[in-house]
Amino acid sequence: MSGAADREAVFPTRQSLGIMKAKLKGAETGHSLLKRKSEALTNAEITRRIDEAKRKMGRVMQIAAFSLAEVSYAVGGDIGYQVQESVKSARFRIRTKQDNVSGVLLPSFESYLTEGNNDFGLTGLGKGGQQVQRCRETYARAVEALVELASLQTAFVILDEVIKVVNRRVNAIEHVIIPRTENTIKYINSELDELDREEFYRLKKVANKKQRDTAAADAEMKAKREAAEQNETDAKAQDSGPADILAGEDDDDVIF
Amino acid sequence: MSSQADYKDREFLAVIGDEATPLTQDSVTGLLLAGIGHITTGAEAKKNFLVVDNKTETAAIESAFDSFTERKDIGIVLINQHIADRIRHRVDSYTAAFPTVLEIPSKDHPYDPEKDSVLRRVRRLFGE
Repeated sequence: MSGAADREAVFPTRQSLGIMKAKLKGAETGHSLLKRKSEALTNAEITRRIDEAKRKMGRVMQIAAFSLAEVSYAVGGDIGYQVQESVKSARFRIRTKQDNVSGVLLPSFESYLTEGNNDFGLTGLGKGGQQVQRCRETYARAVEALVELASLQTAFVILDEVIKVVNRRVNAIEHVIIPRTENTIKYINSELDELDREEFYRLKKVANKKQRDTAAADAEMKAKREAAEQNETDAKAQDSGPADILAGEDDDDVIF
Repeated sequence: MSSQADYKDREFLAVIGDEATPLTQDSVTGLLLAGIGHITTGAEAKKNFLVVDNKTETAAIESAFDSFTERKDIGIVLINQHIADRIRHRVDSYTAAFPTVLEIPSKDHPYDPEKDSVLRRVRRLFGE
């Protein structure tokens, strides 16, 4: 058998046959469960949301860029360097929390603003302060959208990882463990059958031998019996007369 | 998979964005205005943003990308899509969950979902 090499190293006994059968059953249950998990995780929902969020991001960023252009015109020059130089500490921060989706821990980002932290107090002080303020709000909203998208994306990346692992397990069970266990069961069965045939042959041999022995014993007994019978008849023939006392010659009279 | 320690300290965003010229507004300025900029205090002050212009070498972008993705306090790396295109192999081969790399459009370069490395993975997963 070609699969003879691909089986587990067990002794072909009835006990290990039972173990292997239980193992096969477990593998099949696990396979169907993992397959269901994989299907549950691979729902199109999250990807559809990513797609949507990415498209929405395009629009949001466009609006934000437009408001920055407004600032540029209002301030009357480039504020990029001024902004970059006044950066000290982040006002807009994120924190992460975990969600549990069918046994998988998915982190998600949440944005928050730290209080009393304003690096850009002087930006647009001369002119365009209002536009700067509006622009900041617009961008803050844009960044919120980005953070939301980043959560989705992280969730997707982790889910992707998990789905891969689950699929790998499903495939391993389907293509390695189940065939191997089946091979082992087949092997054990064939060995057991072989043993059975051997046993049957042995028993037959024993029965034959016994039959022969009994036949021989019978023959011997018969011969013995016949011999005995023969002896008996011979003996009978020798002292045939005296059996009948009445039929014998007259005895001498007994005289007192 | 990802342990608690892997992400609980991640509270900043990083950004790799294009330059500001009088005609084209850059993404970095706006995002900094929103308040995501942070310069670490300590022995060496590290910025969490990089401004890329035409003269910036690809190697500099790569090293910034690497340093942002290696930092333990950054949760999201924002990168303009046309800049991501310049280091596309690097972005494509980046598969870790943290920090998340997010490709964002810039004003001159509208967003193209076909190029996004994550969306391409999405498509590949569902065989579209």
